[in-house]
Amino acid sequence: MFPYLTVIGVVPLVAAIVVAAAPRERTGTAKWVALLASLVSFVLTLVMAAQFRADGPRFQFVENHAWIPQFGVRYALGVDGISLVLIGLTVVLVPVAIAGAWRERGARVDGGDKGYFALVLTLETALVGAFAALDLFMFYVLFEVMLIPMYFLIGRYGGIRRQYAAVKFLLYSLAGGLLMLAAVIALAVSASEQGRQTFMFEALTKLHLGAGAERWMFLGFFVAFAVKASLFPFHTWLPDAVSESRPSSAILLVGAMDPAGAYGMIRYCLQLFPNAAHFFTPVVLVLAVIGVLYGALAAIGQKDVQRLLAYTSVSHFGLIVLGIFAMTSQAQVGATFYMVSAGLSMGALFLLAGVMTARRGSRLIDDFGGVYRVAPVLGGTFLVACLSGLALPGLATFTSEFLVLLGTFSRYPVAAGIATTGIILAAVYMLWMYQRTMTGPRTPAAERMRDLGRRERWAVAPLILLLIVLGVFPKPVLDAIAPAVKQTMTQLHVQDVNAEGK
Amino acid sequence: MRAPNIDYAQLLPVLVVFGVAVIGVLVEAFVSRENRRTIQVPLAFAGIVASFITLFFVGKTPRTPAVGALGLDTPTVFIQGTILLLAFVSMLLIAERRVDGGGPFVAEAAALPGSEEERRLLQAGAQHTEVYPLVMFSVGGMLLFPESDDLLIMFVALEVLSLPLYLLCGLARRRRLLSQEAALKYFLLGAFSSGFFVYGIALLYGYAGTVRLSGIAQAAGSATGSDILLYAGIALVGVGLLFKIGAVPFHGWTPDVYQGAPTAVTAFMSACTKVAAFGATLRVFYVAFGGMRWDWRPMMWVIAVLTMVIGSVLAITQTDVKRMLAYSTIAHTGFILTAVVATSTQGLSSAMFYLAAYGFSSVGAFAIVTLVRDGGGEANHLSRWVGLGRRSPLVAGMFAFFLLAFAGIPLTSGFTGKYVVFLAAANGGALPLVVVGLLASAAAAFFYVRVIVLMFFQQPNEDAATVAVPSAYTSVAIGLGVLVTVVLGVVPGPVLQLAQDAARNLFVG
Repeated sequence: MFPYLTVIGVVPLVAAIVVAAAPRERTGTAKWVALLASLVSFVLTLVMAAQFRADGPRFQFVENHAWIPQFGVRYALGVDGISLVLIGLTVVLVPVAIAGAWRERGARVDGGDKGYFALVLTLETALVGAFAALDLFMFYVLFEVMLIPMYFLIGRYGGIRRQYAAVKFLLYSLAGGLLMLAAVIALAVSASEQGRQTFMFEALTKLHLGAGAERWMFLGFFVAFAVKASLFPFHTWLPDAVSESRPSSAILLVGAMDPAGAYGMIRYCLQLFPNAAHFFTPVVLVLAVIGVLYGALAAIGQKDVQRLLAYTSVSHFGLIVLGIFAMTSQAQVGATFYMVSAGLSMGALFLLAGVMTARRGSRLIDDFGGVYRVAPVLGGTFLVACLSGLALPGLATFTSEFLVLLGTFSRYPVAAGIATTGIILAAVYMLWMYQRTMTGPRTPAAERMRDLGRRERWAVAPLILLLIVLGVFPKPVLDAIAPAVKQTMTQLHVQDVNAEGK
Repeated sequence: MRAPNIDYAQLLPVLVVFGVAVIGVLVEAFVSRENRRTIQVPLAFAGIVASFITLFFVGKTPRTPAVGALGLDTPTVFIQGTILLLAFVSMLLIAERRVDGGGPFVAEAAALPGSEEERRLLQAGAQHTEVYPLVMFSVGGMLLFPESDDLLIMFVALEVLSLPLYLLCGLARRRRLLSQEAALKYFLLGAFSSGFFVYGIALLYGYAGTVRLSGIAQAAGSATGSDILLYAGIALVGVGLLFKIGAVPFHGWTPDVYQGAPTAVTAFMSACTKVAAFGATLRVFYVAFGGMRWDWRPMMWVIAVLTMVIGSVLAITQTDVKRMLAYSTIAHTGFILTAVVATSTQGLSSAMFYLAAYGFSSVGAFAIVTLVRDGGGEANHLSRWVGLGRRSPLVAGMFAFFLLAFAGIPLTSGFTGKYVVFLAAANGGALPLVVVGLLASAAAAFFYVRVIVLMFFQQPNEDAATVAVPSAYTSVAIGLGVLVTVVLGVVPGPVLQLAQDAARNLFVG
């Protein structure tokens, strides 16, 4: 069988090397190589997704080879519905980010853009690998390695306080990652004590762990994932990292990397340590609900567009974690779908905000106003993106938020009730931002604002299109996710509330 | 009386190195000054390569040649092989001449710093070629050190490896006073710690009536003598060994010596001395004191924790790149000590793997330090490294890569090394030690990252250092460092297997 996953992951890496090695005069060509490689991965993912059978075996397109036999580590790739849609999200966002970074002004660029594109492609490899890994060790390796390109993307190409932001980002993530490594080692010791020197995910789910050990290991994993998914109170690096990043980096950071943390929770925290997951659920739910509200309230108070969007994302991921730990199939399907739709929505928002701020030379909301009259396409697409941010029915974010809240309500009505207010607040910050930037009288600054160019339209169109299509017709994605969630639920020994109630 | 039966064939790797060193001395005596280098350099490389080849012919079955004074076994062969490979790479740096006209060493050690004589010699292009036999003697001592099954032989090996190092430390071409200070400091402290070591040997002899490691183990097992003698002996011998590996609280010399010594020698010490000293430490604590591990383990826990934490924390405050790397070495020593604590075949194999992996990265990193210069020699102050990534992306990129390996980022040898030692420690029931180690790694990451920040994320200022173009010697050394760091990170399997096979039988005793 064609090794889809390896090829999808390796194509960007090869392109990254080519781009990085290209002479500086050929930067123009290098950019096209980067875009082409990311599109190749995208097309291959489409082909693969078309062959994915929702009713098939749990993991499909499996590749399994020995990697480090001395540790029992295998090069094992495969996808279930959850990882498939997240790989899909990644391969959509990377070409968008590359197109968005094509000629990003405002952000200081030096050393040529080549390095930037090489780093974006390397990040794509690590992301695809992390989502596809079936071996815990391999997952850990790629989960950590993805920090390095992102660290350089922030630190090298970001705004004025980029050094601080990049170091903060890396140290938070590394500290979380090292705690996870301690848990991985503890898990390896338990596994070898039980005579299975392996890191294969499915074998690890069958281990018998003592209650105490399981809880500690859960915490090690959970903290790492919570940092990555910017769950309150582990989120503080995110606003700095996002506001100092170039918009394209922010798209990948929030749209593709944060989901890796949430993915880690649903795949590893819940399924490797089901008892500990139940034990810690109340705490996690409280944190998630706080995150929803805190992110939304903080967003309302922001003056800087990118910072506002960063807090929005804290709020979104609060809701995603809520859905994951609500432990009903509706909520988990919704949470996974929300990773995708929020990724698309944030991608569009960052892209358009990036265009605006680059033209205006400022990221302060107060510096805009009346843009819609001058640049109707920019204004129109930004409106759709904002509406997706506040989960307007008919857009993909609505379906996912609705599923999360419905699923959570059936088990934890209070949490769902409080989280719902987050959605109301989302309407406040999104519409208020839209109103202040786009409507009102033309400001002198807006007067000179160019509308979206051809390249920018091409970059944002797929995101808007997907948000609408998946909003109206989410079935294919939901159908792919549902069996994987069912597996998770079985592993957790829980059933949906209605099923229990009978 | 019959002469003792010494199996010379078994000692060939050591004998070759010592033989080449002696020939090197003769070359110094009889060959004219201009021709010495052309003979010494190939001779030294040939000696290392020949010694490495003879390692393959040494029998695989554990044995104790030289009437039991030496213990030859698979772990020792692995350690000796590592030392020779690292010595080869370090020798490349020592032989480099293009980076600093005339090489990294002083023209004439006896000339006073700043004197007319010194200037004249420098202009004449004079150079110290005694360096090569000195290094070879040191390498010979390093090979013998972990092979000794007898504490007295071990002491002799310790001195043979140390004395040339004291000299080499004082031979820097630039900043000679700093270099001489480093040499004196190293010598005085080294002599002091040797004193502890010998005193420990005396006490152990008093306890066991022998200086053989196996004999001490037997005596400790039968529990006849005075325990005080035994414990004091373990402690004092331990001090001598821990000094050499640079564990806290016996690490005080490391930053000063690493900073003052010629960088090529620093690289040599950070790689080869560390391997040899850890080899001897492992042998002593596994063979002689193996049965006593419940007694010394708590102390070793404390030392491992202190070494990891103090190395990582103090590195943060450093502003000199060599001092920073010195503290980083201390932190890594702590990580390896967690494997020593494990006292198992896994502990042994993981420590050996870590040493090999770390050695290559370390030599590579110091090799890059030799390239970043200004008119007065190496520019070691970190403020001079600002913006290096913008002007010399390749060199800065490789340095960043080594730093990431030290920080233990996956897909580098540093990660594999950390994983194996921590796994061994966890399997040996030292999970708290692992957690401390990982927290220390997080702290250590801070200062590695800081250097990357100033190399890549800051604009170069006007007094930024330049990067010298090295000859093939240094380029090959850096290339090998990068290659090994990548290979041991991505496909560590074969080397891990080699280390595991070597460690399977533990040390002969």
